[in-house]
Amino acid sequence: MEKKSKLSILTNGIIKENPALVLVLGTCPTLATTSSVANGFGMGLSAAAVLICSNIVISALRKIIPDKVRIPCYIVVIAGFVTVVQLLLQAYVPALYASLGLFIPLIVVNCIILGRAEMFANKNSVVDSALDGVGMGIGFTFALVCMGTVRELLGSGTWLGIHILDHFIPGMGIFNLAPGGFFTFAILMAFVAFLTKDKSKIKKDFGCAGCAMESSCGGERKELEKMLEEKKGA
Amino acid sequence: MLTSLIVIMISMVLVNNYPLAQFLGICPFLGVSNSLDSAKGMGIAVTFVMVLATAATWPIMQLLYRFDIPYLQTIVFILIIAALVQFVEMFMKKSMPALYKSLGVFLPLITTNCAVLGVCILNITNNYNYIEALVNSFGAGLGFWFAMMIMAGVRTKLVDQSRMPESFRGVPIILITAAILSLSFMGFSGMFS
Repeated sequence: MEKKSKLSILTNGIIKENPALVLVLGTCPTLATTSSVANGFGMGLSAAAVLICSNIVISALRKIIPDKVRIPCYIVVIAGFVTVVQLLLQAYVPALYASLGLFIPLIVVNCIILGRAEMFANKNSVVDSALDGVGMGIGFTFALVCMGTVRELLGSGTWLGIHILDHFIPGMGIFNLAPGGFFTFAILMAFVAFLTKDKSKIKKDFGCAGCAMESSCGGERKELEKMLEEKKGA
Repeated sequence: MLTSLIVIMISMVLVNNYPLAQFLGICPFLGVSNSLDSAKGMGIAVTFVMVLATAATWPIMQLLYRFDIPYLQTIVFILIIAALVQFVEMFMKKSMPALYKSLGVFLPLITTNCAVLGVCILNITNNYNYIEALVNSFGAGLGFWFAMMIMAGVRTKLVDQSRMPESFRGVPIILITAAILSLSFMGFSGMFS
């Protein structure tokens, strides 16, 4: 990998490789926690905090962790930080903790965090990994806030609780529910694809089940495809 | 007792369907649904691992309560699931090669599937007893499988070959399909009042 400047590492995650909208990672929290701007923002910040901390620790330990057991090691580090975030939220912002609920512990299995550990932190220095974490964290938070803005404005006519649209048009409740989430995400992704046409390598299809573990379980994926091919042939 | 189990089952398969209503397990739902074969394999493997993971994590949680350390839930659960999946894979490879060929390849993908960790944690937060927890996980798995099959069917018949604006090709059009599916599954939400 060629040497990249610190600034490009930082901005990489915000636009060019936005984790939610371009790399299509971490779809579950992106859809589930964006029924309002505040929830999306809280989720984005929590995930960013975990991402930055785990990136720093994993890149500091990258020479010590044996290659064969690296995934379990990463999971332990990440789960530790998630527990820290969980306890902090429970203590200081109980309202946010209650509304995010299940999705706080599920940060552990968020593809973005494990993916960045596998793709970036175990190959780069501590400072670079921290910057990458900050950039990716901002990018994820930005995507969640965009989603939250659209869904809250159309769904209940407010933005962060400020009444904006609901004087003119009644809220469309569907946007706060599951179908609205899928629909908003689809439109946003299509919009990003339209803006960056030809310029970026938007993922046209999911890799290994859409998760960021491609590099570690790519073999299985190929094996799987080969088998399905054989099955079709037979 | 039996009625409550049936209610849990039906509500997990139809009303609170994991990928379509609760946004759990979206990655495999969108990623592996490109053919009926792989959707079936993934669905069965997820159902199997969900029930197994619940069978293992529920008793452990009682142990955590006993020692007054329930805040370790997240870290303990994910380690148990990861170890369990690894063991199942090794066991299958060794003693059931035929089954391994059809299911085993999906297993490594499941460790980081949020639906599996999600169902284990939800069983605890909903205060289910052991039987209810197992039925709940089985229902969640069936619901996931069901949604996967519908999605794969729609995709192979309609979505992947259709003409559409270039920007929508790939992931966005799958998400639109999911939105329509999820809209139709909302019809089930009136079943229990």
